[in-house]
Amino acid sequence: MGVSESYARGRELFTSNPTGFALRAGLILGLVLLGVDLVRQVATGSLDAARLGIVIKSGILRGLVIGLAGIGLSMTYSILNFANFSHGDYITWGAFSGWAVTYLIAGGFGSEANIGSLLLVGANGSVFGGTLGIGVWTTPVAVFAGLLVAGGATIALALAVDKYVYKPIRDRSGITLLITSIGVAFALRYLMLFVFGGSKRGVTTSQPDWALTLSDGTVNFGAHDVALAAVSVVLMVGVHLLLQRTKLGKAMRAMADNQDLARVTGIPTEQVVRYTWIIGGGLTGVAGFMFVLWKGTLGYFDGWLLLLLIFAAVILGGIGSIYGAIVGGLIIGLTADLAVIWIPSAFGRAAAFAVMIVFLLVRPQGIFGGIETA
Amino acid sequence: MSVVERISGEIEERFDSDLEMVLGLLAAIYAVYFGTALIIGFSPRGQINAIANLTFYIGVFGLLALALNLHWGYTGLFNIGIVGFMAVGIYVMAVAAKSPEGTASGAGGFGLPIWLAIVVGTLAAALLGVTVALPALRLRADYLAIVTIAMSEIVRFTFLSGTFQEFTLLGYDTGFGGGSGLLWGFDPLMSFIEFAYLTGPYNALVDLTGTVIRNNPEPVVQNLLYGVVLLLFVVAYYVVLRRLGNSPFGRVLKAIREDEEATQSLGKDTNRFKIKAFMLGCALMGLGGILWYMQAGTITPNTFRPRLTFYIWIALIIGGAGSNTGSVLGGAVFAAALFQGPLYLKNVIETVFEVDAPNSFGQAMGPLVSSIDPVPLIYYVVGNIRSLQRVIMGLALIWLMHNRPQGLLGHRKEEAASIPLRAGRRTTGTEAAATDGGRDVGGEGDE
Repeated sequence: MGVSESYARGRELFTSNPTGFALRAGLILGLVLLGVDLVRQVATGSLDAARLGIVIKSGILRGLVIGLAGIGLSMTYSILNFANFSHGDYITWGAFSGWAVTYLIAGGFGSEANIGSLLLVGANGSVFGGTLGIGVWTTPVAVFAGLLVAGGATIALALAVDKYVYKPIRDRSGITLLITSIGVAFALRYLMLFVFGGSKRGVTTSQPDWALTLSDGTVNFGAHDVALAAVSVVLMVGVHLLLQRTKLGKAMRAMADNQDLARVTGIPTEQVVRYTWIIGGGLTGVAGFMFVLWKGTLGYFDGWLLLLLIFAAVILGGIGSIYGAIVGGLIIGLTADLAVIWIPSAFGRAAAFAVMIVFLLVRPQGIFGGIETA
Repeated sequence: MSVVERISGEIEERFDSDLEMVLGLLAAIYAVYFGTALIIGFSPRGQINAIANLTFYIGVFGLLALALNLHWGYTGLFNIGIVGFMAVGIYVMAVAAKSPEGTASGAGGFGLPIWLAIVVGTLAAALLGVTVALPALRLRADYLAIVTIAMSEIVRFTFLSGTFQEFTLLGYDTGFGGGSGLLWGFDPLMSFIEFAYLTGPYNALVDLTGTVIRNNPEPVVQNLLYGVVLLLFVVAYYVVLRRLGNSPFGRVLKAIREDEEATQSLGKDTNRFKIKAFMLGCALMGLGGILWYMQAGTITPNTFRPRLTFYIWIALIIGGAGSNTGSVLGGAVFAAALFQGPLYLKNVIETVFEVDAPNSFGQAMGPLVSSIDPVPLIYYVVGNIRSLQRVIMGLALIWLMHNRPQGLLGHRKEEAASIPLRAGRRTTGTEAAATDGGRDVGGEGDE
């Protein structure tokens, strides 16, 4: 391909959408400049390599949580065609249900603390996760059981909400469903506040970690970092195999592409919708549980705070694409954490939102746009 | 559904005009509040304060629902970043009006006259509106929603951040106060009373109230007066929006809501219209934010969480998007039944019974399980009515979207045409829905 050819292509791109072109060019230029500046900062020693490592680690892990929870949101967004604002509270639901079981098992079914306090995940500081010695290294059985219950309980919730709330109005517009999902989010979040109380509790105790020594410091990989990465990657690969290798996956992709056509072809759409909620809900609940395990605190607001980042990731990656959700999650997670190198830490999340907004303007269909659930 | 339809049908039949309907509803709300207070035997101070609070919230929710109606009801713009515009309005207003010397707890401001500061704050909200609108209005409705809510969070982070806690602008040392909030040392209501030479009547009113409330009647009078001021603003918003809606500009907006492509093919630059409508609505939201918090004298960034936006949405949906009268009614119903109602009920219950709320849900459930004693649970419900109230709001929203997406008043969306398309204004929801192909106000107008 000659220079004149690529010049002509660039010219065509420019004339067809000058603002988009300018924005895209600006975006790429900005990214390059930031990259160069990052190298310069590390080289001149104004930024410790170890600190950069820590920031990248936490960004990737946060991105994995966002991606894992984003898969469910992306699937329902494309198959049911609405932005589910209650998704964030599904995450919180998964976290609370899973942690109630973890507390119960780690607390010896009431032998170490009041059983009610254990089931309410230590509401109002009645019992602490640290006292119970909870962690993936110290109490693996309790954590694993909690993980399973988190997934199961969120599947149950997603199916129940779908049956009673979304299914009766599924033929209406996406905006109607969106507004309804805001109602679900309100009801769920404040019901959890009502039952579990508003305190933000610490749930874990310190775990062993492995240090990676760099020239000017160390980056620690804790047991919970490893657990989060392992669970996320395993589940993501599992979903990939499910969508690509099974008939159900094929049916889902067909539905995301064209619902009427799918029905005409004989795909049992209602059943596919149910499986969508099961897979999406399960992943979301597990993501909520692992997120809390990783960061060590649990509050009724956690999922809602994560929701906008998840939306950002899903839109960035392209609605309907699970790979888009994963990649988008990583980009958003890294942005939120890396941004603090240049701007005040209060704006980490703001930077992630800004990236999403810019992306919506430059490429509204997302990175993997046009490739639905594939 | 049938119950609501019957009730709303009756409401429509009983009242000849919208004005009568609004006044009737307000009268009913106040009668319930007053009656309850009378039966329970609240002190006069408590009674008047409760009424003043109620008036305040009816006012602010009416204002903001009206402003949102311009976005969603008229133009079909799905804005869920209302708090962002409110926050910008009040913050800019406060910084502009604060005296340059500063207070003990923070930096100073620009010392503008209050009326000018209100204008500046409103314009700032409009400016933010246009910055969001210019790129975002081209997007799909659900994308616009996500962009606006993200924007409102960015605004909150900005006011929350230590970076803008104090800064220097145009030679003035000023700032937003960060997480500890902003404090301003002026009283807009009293300044206005002095400005309008109403000190005499005001003092007379305070003296009059002093005959009922012996001890320090002034705050009570101020509360009540401020509520009345807000209601006057509701009337002003209503008049402005009504005139706007019936103007050629308003007709284009409604046409955009119904079918943007058709409007474009008629030669209208729909983007310009949308941007203008969005800006105006944002300005009204900014002013709404100013009016809501101006009298409080202090503000913290975390007041402006997205849930406030959703309150206003619920108010609008209760009343019925697309109708200005519906917006006012929705604001009043939301304020009285969902926002203040549960808290008022709590007050009433706590006056009558000695409520000893348990600390946690576990302690509330324990006695119920072990000895079938529901009292602790009931106490817990009363004590935690704030969180339960939001559960009820969520359920109410779900219920409305299922059964009554067109709102309380039924199908009252104003037509995009300048001449009436139907014989007679009063139609019930189902008939109206049939005449225009069964579309719903709440959701499908913009698709």
